Amino acid sequence: MHLKKLGLTAALAAALSTSAVAEDKVLNVYNWSDYVDPAIITAFEEETGIKVNYDVYDSNEVLEAKLMSGGSGYDIVVPTGAFLERQVKAGIYAEIDRTKLANYSNLDTVLTEKIARHDPDNKHNVPWAWGTIGLGYNEAMVKERLGDSVALDSLDLIFNPEVSAKLADCGIGILDSPAEVVSVALNYLGLDPNSEKKSDLKKAQQLLSSVRGNYKYFHSSKYISDLASGEICVALGYNGDVLQSQTRAEEAGLNQKIEYRVPKEGTLVWFDLMAIPSDAPHPEAAHKFIDHMLKAESGAGIANYVYYAVANKASEPLLNKDVVGNPGIYPSEEVKATLFTQNAHSVKFDRLLTRAWTNVKTGR
Amino acid sequence: MSISTGSAWVDGSSSLMKRYKILRGTNWGKAAVVGIPAFWLAVFFFVPFLVVFKISLSETAIAVPPYTALLEWDVEEAYMTFKLNLGNYFYLLEDAFYLDAYLSSIKIAAVSTFFALIVAFPIAYLIARSEGSKRGLLLALVILPFWTSFLLRVYAWMGFLKKNGIVNEFLLSIGVIDQPLIMLQTDFAVYIGIVYTYLPFMVLPLYSALEKMDITLLEAAEDLGCTPMKGFFLITVPQAMPGIIAGCLLVFIPAVGEFVIPALLGGSDTLMIGRVLWDEFFLNRDWPMASAVAIVMLVVLVLPIMLVRNSQGKQEAI
Repeated sequence: MHLKKLGLTAALAAALSTSAVAEDKVLNVYNWSDYVDPAIITAFEEETGIKVNYDVYDSNEVLEAKLMSGGSGYDIVVPTGAFLERQVKAGIYAEIDRTKLANYSNLDTVLTEKIARHDPDNKHNVPWAWGTIGLGYNEAMVKERLGDSVALDSLDLIFNPEVSAKLADCGIGILDSPAEVVSVALNYLGLDPNSEKKSDLKKAQQLLSSVRGNYKYFHSSKYISDLASGEICVALGYNGDVLQSQTRAEEAGLNQKIEYRVPKEGTLVWFDLMAIPSDAPHPEAAHKFIDHMLKAESGAGIANYVYYAVANKASEPLLNKDVVGNPGIYPSEEVKATLFTQNAHSVKFDRLLTRAWTNVKTGR
Repeated sequence: MSISTGSAWVDGSSSLMKRYKILRGTNWGKAAVVGIPAFWLAVFFFVPFLVVFKISLSETAIAVPPYTALLEWDVEEAYMTFKLNLGNYFYLLEDAFYLDAYLSSIKIAAVSTFFALIVAFPIAYLIARSEGSKRGLLLALVILPFWTSFLLRVYAWMGFLKKNGIVNEFLLSIGVIDQPLIMLQTDFAVYIGIVYTYLPFMVLPLYSALEKMDITLLEAAEDLGCTPMKGFFLITVPQAMPGIIAGCLLVFIPAVGEFVIPALLGGSDTLMIGRVLWDEFFLNRDWPMASAVAIVMLVVLVLPIMLVRNSQGKQEAI
């Protein structure tokens, strides 16, 4: 009797484990648009025989809305740090099993320690790429208006009312991302960029309102093409996007030289992190995918292709010179010391922030 | 009981039976005619409305889904709590910002509707007065833009209106202006976008009203000494009124809640309720508040429209 029972349990366990192994050979990835060399994904499909369904989004908010409705069906999503922090609290991610990640040691521990601020011990995330928010500009157009001696790596370009007024006619574009822009403004004012004090928010709002008239628009992606075409001359944007705009301007042969600088006043550094939703239908394949993305050549396939840095130490020898040697992508240690991360805000502060932002934008 | 009644019918005269059958048949038909649309309305309008209304009465929570349940029960513990949170609605009333956003949306929608009417009327008039063969072609031309994506058409306007776009290049080349006009990212561009996009919705009802009009009425008016202008306002406009009302509603209602056009063509300072809803939902992650904003928008829109329809119905009855 006992034996029989044991046999049954064994059979059951075997059935269960095979069913776990034999999950569909499919993986549903939901990632930012234009964020990887497609060859890296094809290589994964060929090596593992797993078919990758690759969907893209262009804002953290849209991703979060999908995840928070539940049953998204995705196996891998790539939110930014502050968003992941809140989503982990809502309990929507599964813990990542590091025993399945042979290449985890490729990661730069200095960076993973910084990321742990969003997710203690990095239990739920593995970094995809990281970058900064900074100044993208058309050198000729800016110098024509401000002279040759102006500091192009200063947030004065956009936050100083007199300086930005001179640039208003050639166009300034600002990211439409309240939490990020306000934290950069707070830091510019010498305040804690993660402050949730009403008085601090008010100061940031006053600063932004004082220069609002000099801005052409608030938008999170339009500046990529507008910088290249000369529609605007300065943008507060993501480093990789500005560098994409630089490449476009070169390719179009429009003779517009676009540059990116990390502001000397210090700026925000963000991390986009891979995570597995707790209701992911293919967690095994998801782990295999993460391990694939941790390979040295995969990291290089991201950085060389999209001009964003990866947290993969092993990738560094494989990086193109114009990537690893570009201070806009891989800043020096001194510059790195001026960078700060942004925490997830409380619901109450988010509401105040959104209102302050709307007031700035609509000129109230 | 029912069986015995049944047998009574069988025993009864055949004419009675027939009438019974016919009655039954027509009742079923009637029920279907009324029931099917009512069913669609319930499934696609009323149920979603109730779901949104339910969410608007809850509170935000860091959970999946990100709001609290109205009803909590536990069979074993035998308790049930029912929590209604009207706070969102009070907040909407308290805060002048939302009123501003509603008014601004209504203003933009009203101005756009007015211009759509001005542009559409001559088009509809021309089509209604042209010959049969031409008419089909002209109508097809009005509908033709629907064959391309709405988004593409709005993007095309961006190409027209931008600083180095077609309109500016043209005006510069013929020397009307010496500096490019700033048109994109202004309310002007939003008006153009809405009028352009919703124009067919105005033209088609106007056309169907004008087509039915009896032209001899105009001739009679002229014979009696009426000027063409006076004839237009005394005869054509009243005849076209049902088309004007239908067209205006078809343009005005979606324009109030419009999100895409102001987002693409409008400036950052264009305040519309669609944008406020987006911010509530995505930036504040406050689904209950976003739902409340949507419900209030619906009430603000539906009530006046029902009043208009009501008075219209009474007029027709008279």
